Amino acid sequence: MVTFEIHDLNVWFGSVSAVRDVNIEIEANEILSIIGPSNSGKTTFLRTLNRLNELNPNYRMTGMVEFERNNIRGMNMEELRRKIGMVFALPLPLPLSIFENVAYGVRMHGERNKRVLERKVEEALGQAYLWDEVKDRLGESAFKLSGGQQQRLCIARTLAVGPEVILFDEPCSGLDPISTAKVEEAMLKLKERYTIVLVTNNVKQAARVGDRTAFFLGGELVEVDKTDKMFTAPRDKRTDGYIRGKYG
Amino acid sequence: MMRNPYRTQRIAFSFLFLATLLIVVPVGLIVVIIIQKGLPAINWQFLTDIPRQGMRAGGIFPAIVGTVYLVSGAIIFALPIGLLAAIYLSEYSKDNMLTRLIKLAIVNLAGVPSVVYGLFGLALFVVFFKFGASILSGSLTLGIMILPLIITASREAIESVPYSFREVSLSLGASKWQTIRHIVLPNAIPGILTGTILGLGRAAGETAPILFTVAAFYLPRLPKSIFDQAMALPYHLYVISTQVPNVDEKIRYGTALVLLALVLSMNLIAVVIRYKFRKRKKW
Repeated sequence: MVTFEIHDLNVWFGSVSAVRDVNIEIEANEILSIIGPSNSGKTTFLRTLNRLNELNPNYRMTGMVEFERNNIRGMNMEELRRKIGMVFALPLPLPLSIFENVAYGVRMHGERNKRVLERKVEEALGQAYLWDEVKDRLGESAFKLSGGQQQRLCIARTLAVGPEVILFDEPCSGLDPISTAKVEEAMLKLKERYTIVLVTNNVKQAARVGDRTAFFLGGELVEVDKTDKMFTAPRDKRTDGYIRGKYG
Repeated sequence: MMRNPYRTQRIAFSFLFLATLLIVVPVGLIVVIIIQKGLPAINWQFLTDIPRQGMRAGGIFPAIVGTVYLVSGAIIFALPIGLLAAIYLSEYSKDNMLTRLIKLAIVNLAGVPSVVYGLFGLALFVVFFKFGASILSGSLTLGIMILPLIITASREAIESVPYSFREVSLSLGASKWQTIRHIVLPNAIPGILTGTILGLGRAAGETAPILFTVAAFYLPRLPKSIFDQAMALPYHLYVISTQVPNVDEKIRYGTALVLLALVLSMNLIAVVIRYKFRKRKKW
């Protein structure tokens, strides 16, 4: 099943072109890794999917992005973003308690029942492999957690609203190797239930967790293929060069 | 002769330090002199009695009450409007001609001399709206005067909430208003409060805006409604210092001390709030 279909996507910020003529499909329950050097348009592409780019007044796009066969531009923004969660590059807890961070999105979608909230918070923290570490300190400020815990809290917060897709924007760029391993473990597990798009600067991470990998360069999608194939026999010379660390 | 760079630096530092020290001197002197001359007048009767014998004796209770009414009225009017305007300007307005015009208006409103506010209040509230010289007219005039202060402080507070919090909230599917209401405002409150209290202090101390709009020369009773005139501390001080002969120096300085204490304590509250929240701030 196809979750996203993107046709001829072009994105500009003011007069600067950020993404050019991208055509790609994203399948349900896969992890699609997006690699590429900085300024290659990966994050812009990602933020097009949940329409977060539209916060920038200079943003312009052409082409079409379909989410489950609906043009995302016609969809209700809040509903779209509930279904398409996002985890940011830096751990960004809200200035609330651990519990309230996870409950925040659920509350914003109208849930008032305390029992339901408690259940959803526990479930989400469990799925993010954080429950055991925080179950006795849910009332504490989220800023007291370590960086890796904070990032898993952000994952839990995203899961709590019941998304279908999770967009990860370089989620491990600020984490140590052990925390990175925990986040990757969570991602692999989450794949069973969610579609995952992972933007990463770390080529090895893409190789470890991605079912398919897409390579962006200068705003263009150079190549997308099964991860194994991409890393053993890339079709494009530029992909080969990037994977081997010749530039980037 | 060789120039010694360290000595030059020491001399420069000394001058910088002296200039800074000079700022403390007038503040210190004002406070010391007013306390010294005014403290003997302060007693329970002075604070709670009406003025007597043509303001040469008795207390200043009606002036204190009048100032409290005026300041409260000004805030009731200016805080909601200022806050809503600040939210609009920070979160919703697009950068176009209208927005620039509004921002220009705010800057200019802050630069209008206070006596001009007084005249404006007289023309608009007292005469045109027929509120007469009343607490209502005075409060509205003071409110307009402190609007730019509240808007500017609120905008700064709102804009200092990290942008990433807004992105996180929106990315979870919260609406823009929910984001403002649950993420932006709670974290902007200390700044908004600080600006508001500074505005209170400003409103409490100004004479010119209330001169034509509310202040009674001598009204030895409490105001009965918002359409009543009232005495107010700054104007009362002006009256007993220049308009009424043979007022005991003690009473004048006592009045000044009460006014000063009122304004400084508001500033102090603002400082304490800012300090407490800054310590609690978690990002």
